[in-house]
Amino acid sequence: MSEELNIRITGEAGQGIVSAGMMLCRMYKNSGRHVFAIQDYMSRIRGGNNFFQVRASVRPVYAPREKADIIIALDREAVEANRSALAPGGLLLLDAEKFGVKKLQEGWADAPVYALAQEAGGAVYANAVAVGLTAALTGEEFESASKAVEREFSGKGSEVAANNRKAARKGYDHAAEKLKGRPFRLPGAPHERNILIAGNEALALGAISAGCGFYTAYPMSPSTGIMNTVADYAVKYGIIVEQAEDEIAAVNMAVGASFAGARAMTASSGGGFALMCEGLSLAAMTETPLVIAVVMRPGPATGFPTRTAQEDLEFVLHAGHGEFARVVYAPGSPEECFLSAKRAFNTAERFQLPVLILSDQYLAESFTNIGALDVPAEPPARGRVVKQAVDPEPLRYAYSPDGVSPRILPGLSAAAARADSDAHGPEGHITESAEIRAKMTQKRLHLKLAGLAKEILPPTVVNPGAKTMLCGFGSTLGVMKEACAAARDTGFVHYSQVWPFPVEASVAALKSSKRFLTVENNASGQLARLMRRETGLAPAGSVLKYDGRPFTLDEVAAAL
Amino acid sequence: MEIKDFDSSDPAAWCPGCGNFGIQAALKSALAKLGKKPNELLLVSGIGQAAKMPHYINAGFFNGLHGRALPAAAGAKIANRELTVIVTTGDGDCYGEGGNHFIHNIRRNVDLTVIVHDNQIYGLTKGQASPTSEPGMKTKIQPGGVILAPFPPLETALALGCGFVARGYAAEREHLAELILAGIDHKGFSLIDVLQPCVSFNKLNTYDWYSKRIYKAGAAHDVSDKAAAMALAAEREKLPIGVLYRKPKPSYGELSGLDEMKPLAALAIENVDITPVLADFR
Repeated sequence: MSEELNIRITGEAGQGIVSAGMMLCRMYKNSGRHVFAIQDYMSRIRGGNNFFQVRASVRPVYAPREKADIIIALDREAVEANRSALAPGGLLLLDAEKFGVKKLQEGWADAPVYALAQEAGGAVYANAVAVGLTAALTGEEFESASKAVEREFSGKGSEVAANNRKAARKGYDHAAEKLKGRPFRLPGAPHERNILIAGNEALALGAISAGCGFYTAYPMSPSTGIMNTVADYAVKYGIIVEQAEDEIAAVNMAVGASFAGARAMTASSGGGFALMCEGLSLAAMTETPLVIAVVMRPGPATGFPTRTAQEDLEFVLHAGHGEFARVVYAPGSPEECFLSAKRAFNTAERFQLPVLILSDQYLAESFTNIGALDVPAEPPARGRVVKQAVDPEPLRYAYSPDGVSPRILPGLSAAAARADSDAHGPEGHITESAEIRAKMTQKRLHLKLAGLAKEILPPTVVNPGAKTMLCGFGSTLGVMKEACAAARDTGFVHYSQVWPFPVEASVAALKSSKRFLTVENNASGQLARLMRRETGLAPAGSVLKYDGRPFTLDEVAAAL
Repeated sequence: MEIKDFDSSDPAAWCPGCGNFGIQAALKSALAKLGKKPNELLLVSGIGQAAKMPHYINAGFFNGLHGRALPAAAGAKIANRELTVIVTTGDGDCYGEGGNHFIHNIRRNVDLTVIVHDNQIYGLTKGQASPTSEPGMKTKIQPGGVILAPFPPLETALALGCGFVARGYAAEREHLAELILAGIDHKGFSLIDVLQPCVSFNKLNTYDWYSKRIYKAGAAHDVSDKAAAMALAAEREKLPIGVLYRKPKPSYGELSGLDEMKPLAALAIENVDITPVLADFR
């Protein structure tokens, strides 16, 4: 009997691995478990080896584990590729006849997945057989698996749904009869954390909830999920989603739309964001609100398209030529993805500048169950928009002590709206004046930063004063939270805003600890450098991982 | 509205005799006839001598990045479809740096009027070849003469299915003003390529050179005949000006549903309720 179980379903691309994983997530969630699931997949549409790993627990869970208690391999290659991930005492299920496996190793068991799938209607139902097997092995009622199957295939026609249910039943009966499983130690109880969601989806819902009217992007993994979700609800909320011809078009369209008064957003990953850098600078120079989500993957260049990294922190902090104020949020959970998207639009409009949301493949595509998403957030605010006629006519780039000038919207304001990417005077026309240039730079940089400094999102601090503190930004929140809870005299600091950097809060959180370490999914310790530079505090070291995979709880716990 | 209503307080920084002055006069004349107020107009440009135009007309403007006038203009028009959006761009800005946007915005067919000041040279950077420079033209960068084949904007636009393709000439102001008004009237992407002498750097395509070649494609030309338009666009010895092709086709606003929607710029940001959507995540 277990308090938590880790289940990995693996096979080649095209075998319905994600679909099976989602069914497992829903099954456990609905039976009162907590789930956290990662997707590990190759950059290909068919073949290769992918897996979906579900961690189901009687308590809330926020990070993946290293080993799996149950591995179900849907093809021969998956056996070899995943056998080393089997936990001690775990069970690896394979179809010995189908894969031509003569000798079962310790911990392996045969399950005629494909024969059962054939009985249900064909090999395509193998993933549903796997769901049935897992349900029985972990002590779930069949009804619970059946509902998850129904939910997954509800839109695919009654025959498909019926065959999948049949396949799941066959898997369930086979396991109940022939295999010895490892059910949960505690019975499941319904809980409030009923929403199963990934970071990209939550970020998209945050944008929708903020009143985003125009979303434009060029598809790039792992950011495309945001666009998919916005597109799903575009008609319902009156949003236009436009696929741009390239990332340069995307960012310039977003700037144009925002200039004209729509809440506009774009997103990409490192390579596509690299193409947007001039547009980022344009938003800053024209003081046009802009929201960009950068969903990181390992680089350089095309890099590791379907994998994860946090190696573009310094890139987004410095992206774009010239000096200007920006804001960078780094959400660490679906809830924070939602809130940071919502907040990003307000900040962008109130301060008239670009706001970046830094996410990564791991956060973007991991599923977890959460409670309410739309938790109380700051009220929507458009900042200093002047629509009515004013005498004298307001100047778009008028100097102001807080660096924020009257915003004039073309067609909606009585005055004509003027914006320029050249150095310009208060009225918006090109200037060669040294004095004006210096004053405008102060406005775009120092004055705006001074205002932003007053409302930095404080980091999440747990166990301040503990002997060892871990520090991370973005997606490491969950793994730090769990690792600290399990370790002695350890706390953590999670940054959900990395620029402007919360200097005072960092010093307060870390001053009474013996040492602190940064936990980062990159090779050079970018957060450590940022902290040293901004706070003067030096970490004792960094726990780094840069193989394209997220931290597991086991790895961070071992590093403590 | 009168022409003087569109006079800008910003003095033009073009060379005396520049073809841009003719285009500026034609644009002001067209705007006066159009009757929209300066705040209802949006002039969008990138970078180049042509792209300074919005500063020299009293109207709303967005002077963005080199090559990126079209996406910025498309974004603005999508955000507020009530705006009259006119792009003032050049051969380098639109056909070189922004070539990909030229292709795809013709496909996108947002209701934009795109005036390309085509002087066949780079003026702002002092005299290098542009995408439309004639082969053999000598510059500091191309001392042996241009060896690249010129980019054919009109033929490209026609091949891409652009619904309004016209050519004007900077010295034919009233004719150009009419073209601009016709372009604004056309719902969708309207291309007006304007031949324009550069008195400082282009010693080949001068006023004199143009005046010997330009002629008006008269009433005999059927503007709905694409093959005839293509034949006119392909002429190299003589240069026809006027509307070469005009055919209504569904615009982005119609195809995307935008024209039936609440303007995006007027979308409420308060009380957007996402609870109904959360059911899909249970």
